[in-house]
Amino acid sequence: MTEKETPITLIVNGRTHRVFVSPSALLLNVLRDQLNVMGPKYGCGIGECGACSVLIDGELSLSCLTLAVSVMGHVITTVEAVVEDPVGKIVADKFLSHAAVQCGFCTPGMLVAATSLLQSERSPSEEDIRQHLRGNLCRCTGYAALVRSVQDAAESLDGEPDHEMRAGN
Amino acid sequence: MSTKAETLGTAPTEPRRIIGKRLEKKDALAKAQGRLPYAADFSASDMLYAKVVRSPYAVAAIAEINTESAKTVPGVRAVLTAKDIPHNSIVSRFGQSTDLGRQFEGTYRVLAEDQVRYYGEPVVLIAADSPEIAEKAAELIDVEYEPMPGVFTVQDAMKQGAPGVGGEKSNVVSHFEVRRGNVEEAFASADVIVENTYTVPMADHAYLEPESGMAWMDENGVLVIRVATQVIEHCYDIADILALSHSQVRVAGTWVGGGFGGKEDMTVEPYIAVLAWATKRPVKLTFTRQDSLIGHGKRHPFTMTYKTGVKRTGELVAVKAELIADAGAYVTLTPWVLLYATANACGPYEVPHVEISATAVLTNNCPSSAYRGFGAVQPNVAYESQMDELARQLGMGPVEFRRKNLIQQGSQLPHGHHYDRPVLADTVGSQVWEAIQARPLPSPRGDLRFGRGIAYSMTSYGRLMFLRDTSRCWIRLERDGTAVVRCGVPDIGGGQVSSLRFIVCEELGLGVDQVEVYNADSVLTPLAGTTTATRQLYMSGNATLAAAHELKRRLSEKAKSHLGPDIDRFAFEDGYIISQTDNRRVALSEIINECYHDGVEMYYEAQFNAPVVDIPTSAELNTPLFADYTFGAQAVDVAVDTKTGKVDVMRVVNGLDVGTVINRLNCEGQMEGGTVQNLGYALTEEVTAPDGIMTSTTFGEYLIPTTLDVPDIETIVIESGTGVGPYGAKGVGEPSCNGIAPAILNAIQDAVGIRVTSLPASPERVLSALQAL
Ligand code: FES
Ligand code: FES
Repeated sequence: MTEKETPITLIVNGRTHRVFVSPSALLLNVLRDQLNVMGPKYGCGIGECGACSVLIDGELSLSCLTLAVSVMGHVITTVEAVVEDPVGKIVADKFLSHAAVQCGFCTPGMLVAATSLLQSERSPSEEDIRQHLRGNLCRCTGYAALVRSVQDAAESLDGEPDHEMRAGN
Repeated sequence: MSTKAETLGTAPTEPRRIIGKRLEKKDALAKAQGRLPYAADFSASDMLYAKVVRSPYAVAAIAEINTESAKTVPGVRAVLTAKDIPHNSIVSRFGQSTDLGRQFEGTYRVLAEDQVRYYGEPVVLIAADSPEIAEKAAELIDVEYEPMPGVFTVQDAMKQGAPGVGGEKSNVVSHFEVRRGNVEEAFASADVIVENTYTVPMADHAYLEPESGMAWMDENGVLVIRVATQVIEHCYDIADILALSHSQVRVAGTWVGGGFGGKEDMTVEPYIAVLAWATKRPVKLTFTRQDSLIGHGKRHPFTMTYKTGVKRTGELVAVKAELIADAGAYVTLTPWVLLYATANACGPYEVPHVEISATAVLTNNCPSSAYRGFGAVQPNVAYESQMDELARQLGMGPVEFRRKNLIQQGSQLPHGHHYDRPVLADTVGSQVWEAIQARPLPSPRGDLRFGRGIAYSMTSYGRLMFLRDTSRCWIRLERDGTAVVRCGVPDIGGGQVSSLRFIVCEELGLGVDQVEVYNADSVLTPLAGTTTATRQLYMSGNATLAAAHELKRRLSEKAKSHLGPDIDRFAFEDGYIISQTDNRRVALSEIINECYHDGVEMYYEAQFNAPVVDIPTSAELNTPLFADYTFGAQAVDVAVDTKTGKVDVMRVVNGLDVGTVINRLNCEGQMEGGTVQNLGYALTEEVTAPDGIMTSTTFGEYLIPTTLDVPDIETIVIESGTGVGPYGAKGVGEPSCNGIAPAILNAIQDAVGIRVTSLPASPERVLSALQAL
């Protein structure tokens, strides 16, 4: 009744979905409300918190600022698949062992962001980590444990053969 | 980045298998994988979407509300105003069963009636088939407002003839005092006197999860509310609002994406409850970030005028303080916060002459209510700034000066509490100071000046004793030797649930995967009270311990036939009951099965009752209020850019006597998180609302710390074993954040010689203080 809905194809976590969306529909809402992919969270809706972080063609992106129609045919990867990826798995492990997860609401976005860093930069400095995660707010942990987990994950990855991001490809 | 842990004081008498270790929380995995459902992740097929229509004015009379055109929008299922709600205004006693008199009551109003008192006050509720339809209907709501004059500062609100915010002649809603000795005479005998007025701003919790919930009427006509809350006991408030019986409302709490006190008052509950009751359909409401920032209570802004006198030799002689709190437009939890502030006004110091006067005043600002640190954080900024100034003027070291004045075991606190528990404040302070001094401050370079500061803190855990607080926990042992725990505790991210799991594992000798905890349901789990006041480990931990002990007693009785009569020597380890006399053992599951066979009940619900005192009968306090306190010290190094006024916190050492560590990972995590939350309070966070119109309604305007603003954090965990929680644990959640802000102010003073007396210590403030030098 508002805007005309059009059928589009979205590739999410390796599966192809056909959905009807209006031109202004946001990827975050389509993922959550139509595809039942609940990992990405709504924290602010305007690109200021990072809770909705996903990968689009492997690039860290904010799904609350992304129009669903604009990513038709692109490869969308959410936390649900990132944790199946070898690098994502290690990051998740380290989040747990450093208690980088308190309320957990920032965690899915944080995990996607941290994994995307380690995908491209295998030995990031502490400064690299802080720069890369600066758009992901966390109110519980004070970031200390988060930064430590990413450092630790980088160390565990060090010396291992390059892991390619499999999920979604 | 380093974390240091030290153990002092009473070492545990027996080695513990689980308590005190670095343990992963079970919920963390599901959270990391994005699988753990939060309130906003639930839906129902025939669900409606709610929308709250808020006032665009801070103060206005409502002449008329026209909802007709909104109601005609196809897909709109309900449009409600105050008159549609059975009891729109209730007397809120904030979850108390005891009647404490008028001083501790306030009006809770679901929707504004004939007047709005603050910007964003809810006026109309809409339920519709989609969020878009609800939005469209909201645009068609036509409210005729007649703007009225309001008061936006406590000073204006206290003037003769000021408009009465709550319709009463006076805007003063709460007042407490502490008097001891004779301050005027004492000041005459003082060698150094420091006087300052401090102001702290309105601050927001800024949890990442906006408020959310869903309500529906179940098949029996029971109203069920699934919501992210710190207080499932709001089921009783909802029952009052809808004139339902207490047994007809159920709150099923979800995992909460951060609370910090902001989900202590009701959030979305009344709106979805009323709409579900009116439409007989499930109704969901998730606040936008803007709704969240406008729509929930804040940390009270305080103006605090302190006069502190000291002898040349360093002994405090007198403190006189006037505290004025901005309650905002409704009373909410203000009387409690003010009472905490009054009791905390002198901090952990022995002061022979004291005069505290604390007053809370209604204004037309956003209501102030609960926030981590609950009335302890604000005076801490003032008294620790005073202590720092005094030490400087006396030429004494900050630790040495404080050591001369700290309370001791057996001290009489100014509000009349004979505190008879050990005080390790000096141990904590000395270690924190030593740790920060381990690295020298950099020398000045360019425009940068470096400074170091420390502040001490004393923070209660557990509720006011006159509230007669209780908690309950139920445990059942299964035939296979595993256990099920039911406890009403809401888990807001602080590890509330996992602490109970670890206690049960420790006591019954089970592995962490052998215990499942079910929590936060006002009907299906025993009520455990609120996840507030740093009380859950203390209260529900003790209830859990008591339930486990009773089951152990029953099991031990039964195990006698296998292990002999010496039940005091039975140990529960790794699925066995072991006699420490001769190492004979029997499988736990075997004994459980024998109990089942013989009709011995293998479940138990224990209730823990906190110690109680009488309700204060006058505004002048002279009774103990809290069972115990956590003592801490926080030290920071800062860099101040003298050109821009920007303050960078380079290092923090946060030390607490936590009593006993339950989960070391979690304990340190709380301390780090608390540090950063109040670092934001100190430097950047401020709710802005010129003439009551809130302008800080996004994270772009309300600036919480990011990864780039956060320093190296070192935690020093001291275990005196002297708390009133399980195994001698004290509380950590709120104490973790106390002390950080004044430590930063003291470090700024150390760096550039200016005393910032208003938070946040923003670049503009620091720069203008520097220019005034
Ligand atoms: S919800 Fe997308 S950045 Fe906050
Ligand atoms: S863990 Fe709660 S916001 Fe990050």
